Amino acid sequence: MPATPTHVPEPSRTDPALIRNFCIIAHIDHGKSTLADRMLQLTGVVEQRQMRAQYLDRMDIERERGITIKSQAVRLPWAPTSGDGQGSTHILNMIDTPGHVDFTYEVSRSLAACEGTVLLVDAAQGIEAQTLANLYLAMENDLTIVPVLNKIDLPAAQPEKFAEELANLVGCDPDDVLRVSAKTGLGVEALLDRVVQDVPAPVGVADAPARAMIFDSVYDSYRGVVTYVRVVDGQLNKRERIRMMSTGATHELLEIGTNSPEMLPADGLGVGEVGYLITGVKDVRQSKVGDTITQQHKGATDALGGYKDPKPMVFSGLYPLDGSDYPELRDALDKLQLNDAALVYEPETSAALGFGFRVGFLGLLHLDVIRERLEREFGLDLIATAPNVVYRVVMEDGTEHTVTNPSEFPEGKIDEVYEPVVRATILAPSEFIGSIMELCQTRRGTLLGMDYLSEDRVEIRYTLPLAEIVFDFFDQLKSKTRGYASLDYEPTGEQASSLVKVDILLHGDKVDAFSAITHKDAAYAYGVRLVAKLRELIPRQAFEVPIQAAIGSRVIARETIRAIRKDVLAKCYGGDISRKRKLLEKQKEGKKRMKMVGSVEVPQEAFIAVLSSDDSAGGGKGKK
Amino acid sequence: MPSVLPDGEPVPEDGALPASALVGAGERPLGFYLHVPYCATRCGYCDFNTYTATELRSSGGVLASRDNYAGTLAEEVRLARKVLGDDPRPVRTVFVGGGTPTLLAAADLVRMLAAVREEFGLAEDAEVTTEANPESVDPAYLAELRAGGFNRISFGMQSARQHVLKVLDRTHTPGRPEACVAEARAAGFDHVNLDLIYGTPGESDDDWRASLDAALGAGPDHISAYALIVEEGTGLARRIRRGEVPMTDDDAHADRYLIADEMLSAAGFDWYEVSNWSTTEAGRCLHNELYWRGADWWGAGPGAHSHVGGVRWWNVKHPGAYAGALAAGRSPGAGRELLSEEDRRVERILLELRLREGCPVELLKPGGRAAAERAVADGLLEPQAYAGRGRAVLTLRGRLLADAVVRDLVD
Repeated sequence: MPATPTHVPEPSRTDPALIRNFCIIAHIDHGKSTLADRMLQLTGVVEQRQMRAQYLDRMDIERERGITIKSQAVRLPWAPTSGDGQGSTHILNMIDTPGHVDFTYEVSRSLAACEGTVLLVDAAQGIEAQTLANLYLAMENDLTIVPVLNKIDLPAAQPEKFAEELANLVGCDPDDVLRVSAKTGLGVEALLDRVVQDVPAPVGVADAPARAMIFDSVYDSYRGVVTYVRVVDGQLNKRERIRMMSTGATHELLEIGTNSPEMLPADGLGVGEVGYLITGVKDVRQSKVGDTITQQHKGATDALGGYKDPKPMVFSGLYPLDGSDYPELRDALDKLQLNDAALVYEPETSAALGFGFRVGFLGLLHLDVIRERLEREFGLDLIATAPNVVYRVVMEDGTEHTVTNPSEFPEGKIDEVYEPVVRATILAPSEFIGSIMELCQTRRGTLLGMDYLSEDRVEIRYTLPLAEIVFDFFDQLKSKTRGYASLDYEPTGEQASSLVKVDILLHGDKVDAFSAITHKDAAYAYGVRLVAKLRELIPRQAFEVPIQAAIGSRVIARETIRAIRKDVLAKCYGGDISRKRKLLEKQKEGKKRMKMVGSVEVPQEAFIAVLSSDDSAGGGKGKK
Repeated sequence: MPSVLPDGEPVPEDGALPASALVGAGERPLGFYLHVPYCATRCGYCDFNTYTATELRSSGGVLASRDNYAGTLAEEVRLARKVLGDDPRPVRTVFVGGGTPTLLAAADLVRMLAAVREEFGLAEDAEVTTEANPESVDPAYLAELRAGGFNRISFGMQSARQHVLKVLDRTHTPGRPEACVAEARAAGFDHVNLDLIYGTPGESDDDWRASLDAALGAGPDHISAYALIVEEGTGLARRIRRGEVPMTDDDAHADRYLIADEMLSAAGFDWYEVSNWSTTEAGRCLHNELYWRGADWWGAGPGAHSHVGGVRWWNVKHPGAYAGALAAGRSPGAGRELLSEEDRRVERILLELRLREGCPVELLKPGGRAAAERAVADGLLEPQAYAGRGRAVLTLRGRLLADAVVRDLVD
């Protein structure tokens, strides 16, 4: 290991020519966090004894699921051991990127803060769809790509094969693909050297008004919102007033600094530098990813490009299992929103589930992560309704409805219903082409094209309704390809479709939580399946309970729960009395946990089972 | 009595009752239950507190054997005398149950009864019952019981079908229980009961009809018909879980109950409790009625439950521990609960609703009354009894759904 670099340039006084801003693009489990750990050690910013696995992933869920949700930036001093810059200390800003499809916009902003990226691929697995999607994003941002194969120490590694694949994608020679083992540290120094050598230094106008791009914004309960920025032009200095260019809001800079990897205050940040700001704002929506920061006085007039407001794509109703937890759920969502500008919600009432919230998410992983955090960090027990997308319904009289909850689907004469569509990219071994196409076809997909990445790996592109992916698509894809396929998608607009609302009626009463919008060809199957499932899950009642699925007033499926005929314990001796009274108390408790739908007692387990079952929802479970 | 004891507070060493338990005692009848915790073999469906070993030792080394059991139990009867103090009530009913009481010598059962008579005295018209296994009695045995003061006997018949008896691990041959009824009559017993079980795995509707026919043919004045409950932890539960015998579903139980009520009614039996029928009012089991009407009874023997004036307690289960406590001059009580007013109200509803007389509507709160009115409308409670006499009385369909009705009525 090289000695700790000497003469380390300080923030705000660093020559841009010595700065390298880069990120790491990798698929889940391909070793990004381990590589980052190794870099922290090699550059000496984290001492050996403080090192813990996946140092940068802070949230429990991140560490447990091995995924990175929020990106961070670390300033690493590095004096290359070879090449042009040998011996002189450079500043490497490593910007960690979220690894998932739901956070494409956040990824794109992280990429925009860099000049180069390390494309990290597991030497035993090859590139995956999400990595490919992010690679394309990096290429669109004109980033220099440093292709790297990781885990070359694994017996199953096939470096030759996948070097070829990477070379084809990036347009380089297979010999230029670096081979490392983040676990053992093999080749990581050479990788740092290569970053210094290949990634261009940032270029900006030092004496222009400051312009810094926000690429991340994190709520910290002690510090308020911590905003991560990349300075493009000019300089930001401590204690000056700054302005958010999208909203015009101004704030005082309470603190400015860099991460190594803990926060370290500095005098300022100059051209090309990456660091953090603290302004005292309490809510990440006041410090939005993609926004441009400038000085309040004599600030810039033109914002940097690329800012977008996050737009929820998937909605789900979240209800506390115990109705009295509603205020806790509201407080928890408020708290999560401090740190998640993309999370939107509004109160909603369901006849079956009581008071809750309709919550909008960027995608399925986002939904999953939020739900899990609510349950784990806030100790809430929740029922989540099946996720749905946003529909635009145009009536014959020209009026328009935006439907985020199936039970709000309008009655009356409908002219057209529009649903969001996505462009899906699937990467898989070519032997599965047939089954993948079959799956996409049944999900109303339109083939856009297909390319071979290598002899036996293929990239298939489809247009698919988002609603079809929201259900069990990913699980189906995984099972049809023995787990080899990977999926990425991006929203591309909307299309008119023959969609209908299927209602479920229990003893004649509509159960709003079970209403769904489906394609008319799939409505019958949905109705039959749900009705059969409810018949299994709802206990027999004192009277016969018909369960129906209906489109409007037309019943498309029906089952009957027969009336219960016997509910009595035969024996009642003296010694049974205490036991019987206690059993009665227990049964009364159980009855409280039943939801009354009209006159029918429905156990909460039935709602949970129907709404979260593998074949009707939860497609995000396996998607990472 | 179920083998699992409830949770409760400890019983004082001397078994003393709170003063409140004896308030108004004079107006309540007093009964004695005497438990015999021995069986020749354990039946696969049984979860009662019973043992097949003839000798069981306590941790303190006190020997509890079948041979000296009557003497041990008599000690608890003497303890009862101390606890109840100068309570002047003579005993209205004595019921010897088990286990298999008739595994003991008839003289032992007579001695146990004598202990009660000595300490408390028996009411003139006292009902004195013992349970009996059809295999373990003969005319001489029955005559000795009758001479010793027993006037009612209950035989565990269960079924008239060999294959059903086999699943239940009952060893008597079909026909033997009916013969017992005749022998008991000959010995001078006024009242004879046959216990039947329906819904045993493998039993058909016709098997059940045959059992009822056989029982009725024997001429008892009381028949109990219980749905088989498969209790956790029994051999039968394991056999069902392993798939060796099929589980009988609730609908079949309902059908068998309707068959029983129809055939018993046609033969002149009236139901007076959900699972009990008798030819006359005098034929009813008064002892069981004490349980159901909140009377006082002292349950003596291992694992036996007692109730006096709103205090329920239960003894330690193991015969060795039981004998050890009594030998040391301590109460064998393992735990007790003091019932609150609301507990007693709920118990009255859940017990009295099972009776032909039903429970008085005054017991119900507004929520319970509303539920009762719905139950009347749904055909679960008798409309005339409700409107005319202010009583909630189950209809035939209501009897099958009694627990569901109780859940609503206690609101």
